Amino acid sequence: MLDSKTYKTPFLILVILLIICFFINISLGSVFIPTKDVFNSLIGNATDNQSWEYIIQDYRLPKAFTAIIVGSGLGISGLLMQTLFRNPLAGPFVLGITSGASLGVALVIMGASMFGGVMAGILISKWSIVIAASLGSFLVLFTVLIVSTKVRDTMAILIIGLMFGSITAAMINVLTYFSSAEELQQFIFWRFGSLGNLSWNELLILFIIYLIGICICLGSIKSLNTLLLGENYAKSLGLNIKKSRLLIIISTSLLAGTITAFAGPIAFIGLAIPHMTRQIFSTSNHKILLPAVFIFGAIIMLICDSIAQLPSSDYTLPINAITSLVGAPVVIWLLVRKRKMMF
Amino acid sequence: MSNVNPNIVLKTKDLSIGYISRKKSIVITSHINIKLKKGELVGLIGANGIGKSTLLRTLTNVQPKLHGSISVNNKPLEDYSNIELAKVLSLVLTEPLASKNLTVFELVALGRQPYTNWVGNLSKEDLFIVNKALEQTNIIDLKTKKCFELSDGQLQKVMIARALAQDTDLIILDEPTTHLDMYHKAYILKLLQKLAKETNKTILFSSHEIDLAIQLCDKLIVMTKDKVVSDKPCNLIEKGTFNTLFPKDLIEFDETTGSFRVKK
Repeated sequence: MLDSKTYKTPFLILVILLIICFFINISLGSVFIPTKDVFNSLIGNATDNQSWEYIIQDYRLPKAFTAIIVGSGLGISGLLMQTLFRNPLAGPFVLGITSGASLGVALVIMGASMFGGVMAGILISKWSIVIAASLGSFLVLFTVLIVSTKVRDTMAILIIGLMFGSITAAMINVLTYFSSAEELQQFIFWRFGSLGNLSWNELLILFIIYLIGICICLGSIKSLNTLLLGENYAKSLGLNIKKSRLLIIISTSLLAGTITAFAGPIAFIGLAIPHMTRQIFSTSNHKILLPAVFIFGAIIMLICDSIAQLPSSDYTLPINAITSLVGAPVVIWLLVRKRKMMF
Repeated sequence: MSNVNPNIVLKTKDLSIGYISRKKSIVITSHINIKLKKGELVGLIGANGIGKSTLLRTLTNVQPKLHGSISVNNKPLEDYSNIELAKVLSLVLTEPLASKNLTVFELVALGRQPYTNWVGNLSKEDLFIVNKALEQTNIIDLKTKKCFELSDGQLQKVMIARALAQDTDLIILDEPTTHLDMYHKAYILKLLQKLAKETNKTILFSSHEIDLAIQLCDKLIVMTKDKVVSDKPCNLIEKGTFNTLFPKDLIEFDETTGSFRVKK
C-alpha cells in the first residue's frame, strides 16, 4: 500500500554494513586469526592452522548467527509490541516473557537443592535451563493471553503483563533469599545473557522457531499498518482486532521466548532498535520498518558482541551490559539530533 | 409498499438503542425510524447526553442494538462480515490517530485496506481512487506532509479523504467540526455537502452546529428526550421541533433566522 518511497539506498547501505559487521565479528576474538585465514575458512578453503578453522566453524560462526537472530528477533518483537500497544516504552518483554523465563530458570537453579542433592546435578544442564526458560515464559505468557481474552482494552493487556512480571519477580526474590551463593552466581550468570554457548544443533532449533515467528509477523504487516490508525478505525476498515492481536502476540512470544531461552534475557535491544530505525527511516510503515529493524537489529547485536569479546583479551563481558552501554547513548544521540520522536 | 428500494442506503425500523449491562438493558431511546437516501447529507443533532454517539455507535455496529432492525443497502446490518461492512460504511471518528508519523498519502491510502492483498499493496485502481479522494478534498498539496505537521482543519480533511478512499455508499462522521474555528466548521460542512452531491454517497454526521446544519443539510435527524424526528430542515422549523431541543430557560430558537439566540 504505502509505496510513496522505496528507500533503496538506505537499505543497500544497511546490508553492506551488516556484511562488514558480520565479518568483523568473526575476525575478532581471544585468539588472533589473520583476515586471510578467516576468509578462507568461511568459503571452505583450508587454513594455515587446524585449530583456527575449528574456532571459526564451531565457535565464532554459530555465535555470529546467534547474534543476528537475537538482534533481529528482539528488534522485531519490540516493534510489534510498540505498535500493538501504541506505546513507545513497550518492548518484547512487556508480556511477562522474560520474567516467566527467569522464574523457570530460577526454579531449576535455585530450586534444585529443594528437590534433593542427587537431583541437582541432573537438573542443571544446558538443556534443562533452555527447557525451564521456555516453559516459564510459555506459562506466564499463556496466563496473560487467557486473561487478555477477557478484556476488550489492549492497554489492559499491557498492565496485566506488567503485573505478572511483578509477581514472578517477587517469587524469584523469595527463591534467591533461600539459595546458596553458588546457585545465586549461576543464576546471575544466566541473567548476563550469552550468545556463544550454542552448538549448531541448538542453533537450528532456535532458527526454526524464529522463522515461524518471522513468518507470522510478515503475515501481520497489513494489520500492523491498519493499527496505526487506532483500534476503532482499524475495526471500521474490516480488521479482525482480536485475531490480529493474537497473531502479533504469538509471533512476539515465539521470537522473544526462544531467544530468551537460548541466549538469556538480553535487555534493551527490543526497546531501542525500533526507535533507532524509526529515527533513521522516519516512517511508520511496517513494510519498510520490518526489514529495516531486522537488518539494524542484527548489525547492532554483532557490534555489541564484538565489543563484548574485548578484542585480543581472554575476557568476555556480559552481553547484557554491553547492549545498554552501547545502545542507550545511540538512542539519546538520535533523539537529540532529530529533536522529535518518531512514533 | 415494497421494502426494497434501491435508493435507500440506511434504514432503521423501531430501533431501540442503549446499553446492556448484567442482563439488564438500559434503553436510551426507542422507536427510531429513519431512512437515508443516496446522495443525501444528513445532520444528527441533539443536546449533550441525549444519545447521538450511542445511535452512531449502534448504526456502525460498534455496539449492539436492543430492539428493532437496521439495514444497510437493504441487507440487515448483522448479516455483514467485518470486511463486507468496511466496503459499504466508512467512519470518521473523534478519537486521535494512534500514529501521526504517517504521511497524508499513506493515511488516505489506508482507506483502501479492505480491497488490498495480504501485504496491502496498492493496485493502479487503488492509486487512482486515493488520488481522486485527495483531489476532491483539496489536499493534493499536503500529500507528502506528515500528519503531525497538519492543523486540526487540515487533519479533518485528510480523515474525510481517507473515508472517501474507502469508497463506501455511506460515510458516518462523529462531530467532524469540533475543535475547528468558525470558518473551518463551515468549510468542512460545505465540503461534505459538495461530496454528497458529487459522489452520490450518503453522508451522516453528528454536530452541535445547528444553524450551519439547517443551512446545508438535505435532512436532519433531531434527537430529543421524547422522540427522534427526521425531516427536511424547513419542515422541522415549521413544526417547531428545534424549540424542544433544549431546556427553555436560557436560549430560544429564532424561526426567522434559523438559529438560536440567548434570551434577554
